[in-house]
Amino acid sequence: MPDKRLIFLFLSALAACLAFMLVGARGSWDFLLVFRGTKLLTLIAISVAVAVATILFQTLSANRILTPSIMGLDALYVLLQTILVFVLGGAGLASLSAEVKFLASFLLLMFASVLLFGVLLNRQREDLFRLLLIGVIFGILFRSVSALISRLIDPSEFMILQGELFASFNKTNTSLLAISALMIGLCCIVVWRRRRVLDVMALGRETAIGLGVDTGRELFIGLVIVSALVATSTALVGPVGFFGLLVSALAYELMKTSGHGPVFIAAALISITIIVGGQTLFERVLHMGATLSVVIEFLGGITFLLIVFRKYKA
Amino acid sequence: MIDIQNVTYHHGRSLILDDVSLRLKKGGITALVGPNGAGKSTLFALMARLLPLQSGSIRFDEMEVGKTGTQSLARKLAILRQEANVASRITVRDLVGFGRFPHHQGRASEADEAFVQKSLHEFDLASIADRFIDELSGGQRQRALVAMAFAQDTDYLLLDEPLNNLDMYFARSLMQQLRALADAYGKTIVIVLHEINYASGHADEIIALKQGRVALQAPPESFMTAENLFAIYGMDVQVETFGNRKIALHQV
Ligand SMILES: Nc1ncnc2c1ncn2[C@@H]1O[C@H](COP(=O)(O)OP(=O)(O)O)[C@@H](O)[C@H]1O
Ligand SMILES: [Mg+2]
Repeated sequence: MPDKRLIFLFLSALAACLAFMLVGARGSWDFLLVFRGTKLLTLIAISVAVAVATILFQTLSANRILTPSIMGLDALYVLLQTILVFVLGGAGLASLSAEVKFLASFLLLMFASVLLFGVLLNRQREDLFRLLLIGVIFGILFRSVSALISRLIDPSEFMILQGELFASFNKTNTSLLAISALMIGLCCIVVWRRRRVLDVMALGRETAIGLGVDTGRELFIGLVIVSALVATSTALVGPVGFFGLLVSALAYELMKTSGHGPVFIAAALISITIIVGGQTLFERVLHMGATLSVVIEFLGGITFLLIVFRKYKA
Repeated sequence: MIDIQNVTYHHGRSLILDDVSLRLKKGGITALVGPNGAGKSTLFALMARLLPLQSGSIRFDEMEVGKTGTQSLARKLAILRQEANVASRITVRDLVGFGRFPHHQGRASEADEAFVQKSLHEFDLASIADRFIDELSGGQRQRALVAMAFAQDTDYLLLDEPLNNLDMYFARSLMQQLRALADAYGKTIVIVLHEINYASGHADEIIALKQGRVALQAPPESFMTAENLFAIYGMDVQVETFGNRKIALHQV
């Protein structure tokens, strides 16, 4: 018998998806089903990706404040894409298929993040505030280098880059949906199978080693998965900012457990409810599609502050 | 048998352990004593592969640390760290349950559950089994951590200052439980103690570390002399004999 809270979350996610498909539906169902259906799948895919990536990253970095976004991982993805355009040029890039470009950036991201965060998290993870500071600095660094390079490339190539990068909840990049969904699905399977090892990791590095967990290996596997999830979600809808934090905070608050099994499911369902429900509300009801990311960002930012303040008070 | 050979360890430039070689026979209680900063916790961290060895070697029976898989070692030895803290918010029962992880890798059998139940009883935790770790007193938490190490059911137990935060009653009963474990199950227990009289009263052998070197390894009868204690701690302590025990009067 699954937990009542999980059933409730499942129903609310389902309601959000139904509302997304049905509210304001006019015209041919063949068209609607394909059009809205693909968009819904995209939103679900990134909801799950952000939720799982955040919970996993928080366990690897032993805290509940950091997210891959706060540590600058999606900024790093944008930077790598920009470098790709810069090196290959618009023409070179146009000859590559979207999937190849995506896989190339993903592999680069994986490599870079294992290099950067592997060393960082192995050594410094006890020191939360130093990690946070490094993450913020990384984020700014990656963004400014991207900005610098995009000024250096010529305007027509820049247009290509923009087309690739500035996807949003509104204007999703569905050409990558199939490969992204596959990748996210694979990541979820791997993470789900490791959930109990992650429970042990969450006890702290020394305790985990004492219980026979190879923490270095788990950290590596985890970072590869986080990179894959961040790359897919960024490719599909662009950087998500503080959103992951909102999801993980709500999931832990609601489930009141450190068990990764229920927390992963809760986080994914909460994430779907907020993104799909929010998109329905803002796009279909309020006709302000573009505002959703701003609102989500705002809520995420508030969550961040609340967590930091609560940590200081406790 | 625990066989430590020529272990030297540096933190940056400073020498923490200086060519430590020790041999501890299998079964029984060995107390590790010595002033603050002598290197006891560092030696434990090396023995339990929490720090990588820089030079020398450590073996538990046939298993050499650094050459044996970490999973196999987790079934050979359990460690309780001095500043052990639990990062997750979990109940006492779940914490003790994690001690079984090396045996079931996440899929607890009924035998595992039974062992957890036994550990909870053994350390008087049954009544607080469903409380969260972060809502316990220091002593209760310490007992939960010891119970977790016990639940790991290994031949070797390394306990770094397990008497921290325990009151008189629980401190003595922990030492008696360890004695029973060593006698009845042939466990090998190495325990860092600051209260020298617990070492004298309960251990089979006492090892003193001082400034990263082994200063003395001896059974309690010959260890407990005013000269030895002066050599190790640099203070004058009167040692008296009560029945068959030697007691150091260091508090007064
Ligand atoms: N992370 C560290 N960096 C530098 N020095 C350390 C570190 N940890 C411990 N030390 C030093 O190593 C020495 C031994 O410490 P420790 O093994 O904890 O001693 P004990 O447990 O006997 O009190 C001390 O002088 C301590 O200052
Ligand atoms: Mg110590």
